[in-house]
Amino acid sequence: MVALTLSRKLAILADAAKYDASCASSGTEKRNSSKTGGIGSTEGSGICHSYAPDGRCISLLKLLLTNFCVYDCAYCINRSSSNVARARFSVDEVVRLTLDFYKRNYIEGLFLSSGIIRSPDYTMEEMVRVARTLREVHLFAGYIHLKVIPNAAPELLAEAGRWADRLSTNIELPTDSALEHFAPEKRPSEIRTAMARLRGKLDEATPDNKPSKAKPEKFAPAGQSTQMIVGADKADDSAILTRAAGLYSGYRLKRVYYSAFSPIPDASSRLPLAPPPLMREHRLYQADWLIRFYGFDVPEIVAGGEGGHLDLNIDPKLAWALKTRQSFPVDVNRADREMLLRVPGLGVRAVDRVITSRRHHRLTLADVSRLTASIDKVRPFISAADWTPGGLTDDIKLKQKLTPQPKQLELF
Amino acid sequence: MLSVRLDHLNDLDEWRSKARRLLAAGLKPSQVVWRVGAEENGLFEAGDDMLPQTDGPIGSVPRQFMELAGSVIQHSEPERFALLYRMLWRLQQDSRILANAADADTGMLTKLASAVRRDAHKMKAFVRFRAIPDADEEHYIAWFEPDHYILEATAPFFSRRFAGMVWGIVTPYSSAFWDKENLRFGPGGSKKDIPAEDAVEDDWQTYYDSIFNPARLKVAMMKSEMPMKYWRNLPEAARIAPLIRNARQMEQDMIARAATQPPARHTRQKAHEVEEKDNDIQSLSDAVEAIGGCRRCPLYEHATQPVFGEGPAQAEVMFVGEQPGDQEDLAGRPFIGPAGQVFDEAMEKAGIDRSRLYVTNAVKHFKFEPRGKRRIHQKPNAGEIQACRFWLNLERDFLKPKIVVALGASAAQSLLGKAVSISRMRGQPIPLEDGTVLFITNHPSYLLRIPDPQKKREESAKFDADLALIRDHMEKLHAA
Repeated sequence: MVALTLSRKLAILADAAKYDASCASSGTEKRNSSKTGGIGSTEGSGICHSYAPDGRCISLLKLLLTNFCVYDCAYCINRSSSNVARARFSVDEVVRLTLDFYKRNYIEGLFLSSGIIRSPDYTMEEMVRVARTLREVHLFAGYIHLKVIPNAAPELLAEAGRWADRLSTNIELPTDSALEHFAPEKRPSEIRTAMARLRGKLDEATPDNKPSKAKPEKFAPAGQSTQMIVGADKADDSAILTRAAGLYSGYRLKRVYYSAFSPIPDASSRLPLAPPPLMREHRLYQADWLIRFYGFDVPEIVAGGEGGHLDLNIDPKLAWALKTRQSFPVDVNRADREMLLRVPGLGVRAVDRVITSRRHHRLTLADVSRLTASIDKVRPFISAADWTPGGLTDDIKLKQKLTPQPKQLELF
Repeated sequence: MLSVRLDHLNDLDEWRSKARRLLAAGLKPSQVVWRVGAEENGLFEAGDDMLPQTDGPIGSVPRQFMELAGSVIQHSEPERFALLYRMLWRLQQDSRILANAADADTGMLTKLASAVRRDAHKMKAFVRFRAIPDADEEHYIAWFEPDHYILEATAPFFSRRFAGMVWGIVTPYSSAFWDKENLRFGPGGSKKDIPAEDAVEDDWQTYYDSIFNPARLKVAMMKSEMPMKYWRNLPEAARIAPLIRNARQMEQDMIARAATQPPARHTRQKAHEVEEKDNDIQSLSDAVEAIGGCRRCPLYEHATQPVFGEGPAQAEVMFVGEQPGDQEDLAGRPFIGPAGQVFDEAMEKAGIDRSRLYVTNAVKHFKFEPRGKRRIHQKPNAGEIQACRFWLNLERDFLKPKIVVALGASAAQSLLGKAVSISRMRGQPIPLEDGTVLFITNHPSYLLRIPDPQKKREESAKFDADLALIRDHMEKLHAA
């Protein structure tokens, strides 16, 4: 076989990695290279160094170590039965690319994943070696995200957590039966067990769990995340969100990423060959936010839509409010935080500002409109010092009035 | 009219020392014009050389003002010095102006400061270094065109990040250089001052092409985050137009192309794979293996893993709880959470050797309700208990314990095949069909949840009495 150039490998192994939506480089510890004389820093919020024409942030060098894979997951571009071009980086090649890109300020760090070759341990060991080389040999202090191979030995996970800022294990599909159907070699319970192990390690490394003891060993300061593919199987939004809520509650995940299934080169005939359901993905992210920051539970959110699916035309909080009109209007001068968070158009920041400013004077509708960007959405659901919505809250045309005009989603 | 001259475009200390002297001299904002560098005075303006010298502070300002001023002084707005002086003057009368978002000056200062912050953020993102070819050691240089005078304040970020690297950043108005120890500033320059190319840029463009997903084209989103004014200095931006042009075609091609036959490598691999093991369960360890694929009830779907029983294979006594809890689910081992600790203490108190017991649960998967970052335990229903009897029966068949203890109603229901009352059944050995003796008592977690201390004491006493009875029975077993 003719050896591939580094550039050709890069093209293959970046293409193979792009279906993983996670690109975050935020939420890790603060550090820099002033003392070490090395390269790299992380200062709280992440930086998007570029944007691709798909509107996605390019923050990390997202690569697969190899796209050879012994697994045959139907939804994956790298499945063993696919005829996609194959390549494999050496550890040193990934290290060199990362440093070359980082020194030119193209990236915040590296996100390394891999197809499974030989065994989970062998694959994980190779990825850990990349991270260790960057940290130890090159004093690299930039961001590192490593994919965890379920079933890899616990010692390898421990070492991965020592070098990486974030670790992730992909749950892939919303239900176990779908995963078994499309990914016959994957065991859903092994994926969750890997998450449970990481959670155990993260708990140990969180200082408030161990007061008064010696500083615990560092472990993935940016926590763990996962990704779920949306639209490859038949699961409804209710199943997707129920899965997400279960994962958040069990494994302290920082994020669940939802990735609209998009057509891949040499796709399996078992999968929908259609444009990715981007609006559905967007609504799921909104619903995810409602679960994590707004005190909603999954059945409430799903009840805003029909038949287990979210309403694609309006955001899930508005959808819920329109079906729960008896709870409105909410008095912005008296309501507690919990109820204010349920008002369509009021975000966490707006609610905080409402609560602070109403200590000084009774808020009028004009005051509220200064605190939010979307007063039209808010108006039917609140009362203020000089405002009651009257019949507006129960107006049967309210949904129609608040539904954004259908916009052409495609650009050409 | 007094003309005040500043040597620097963005030096807060310089502006502050001048402003102090103006304030000390009682000069109103309307009496002052600010000039920078060689900018010429107006016809009727006097120079500032006759201002009184003041060293120390002459009044106080809210810290928030100094923070805002640190950003605003970097803005390209020519009126920024006058605006800051006017705010300083007004703050002497009313120190709360900055808290009033509706005040025009406050609003303007906030707006300028946030424009500067955004510009600095974009600089951190969009500076692109190029290696200087044939330099003695690695040496990088970048050309960047900020909207505001942000280089001096933003360069330290690059020193912290690229501490071990020699670099320079050239902008139209100023330049910064880092030699791995010190940060120095020099005059502005032009794009011609830096190399026209860098070999790594080809790889970067390759990466940019490859990471783009043509099926998700969202050009407006890209433009709002990466405004076009920056594109001329971004090597990857040359790829944007061709990528957009070809995106639709690439997506259509992927959709249109039918799946191909798997490569030979795949076929070889599949042939090598061992046939699935047959499902015959001949031992406890077979059962542990087999339960990983259990789909007898829906609980497997959200639990982490099944939690099988644990204990010596020759154990004569088997304790059966309800189901694994949060910690048991995460670790995959029974009786290690809070209720497990109560259990261990009770055993010790009763004088029962814990290491000789086999402990397991009526239901092997954790049933819960997600509540934010916690999982709230849910009682298994009759269907789930019934479905899981299969596994408990296997454990009993392989282990053949002489005594089985049901901890709580779920365990009793599983072992007897029907719901029973604990209070009526406890305190006596119940002979089972296979010759085993069954005892029924409360689940230790029940004791944890009793709020009334009096009731708690009573129930604990009953629990201890049940255990004592079991211990006596165990001793009889050995005496016999």
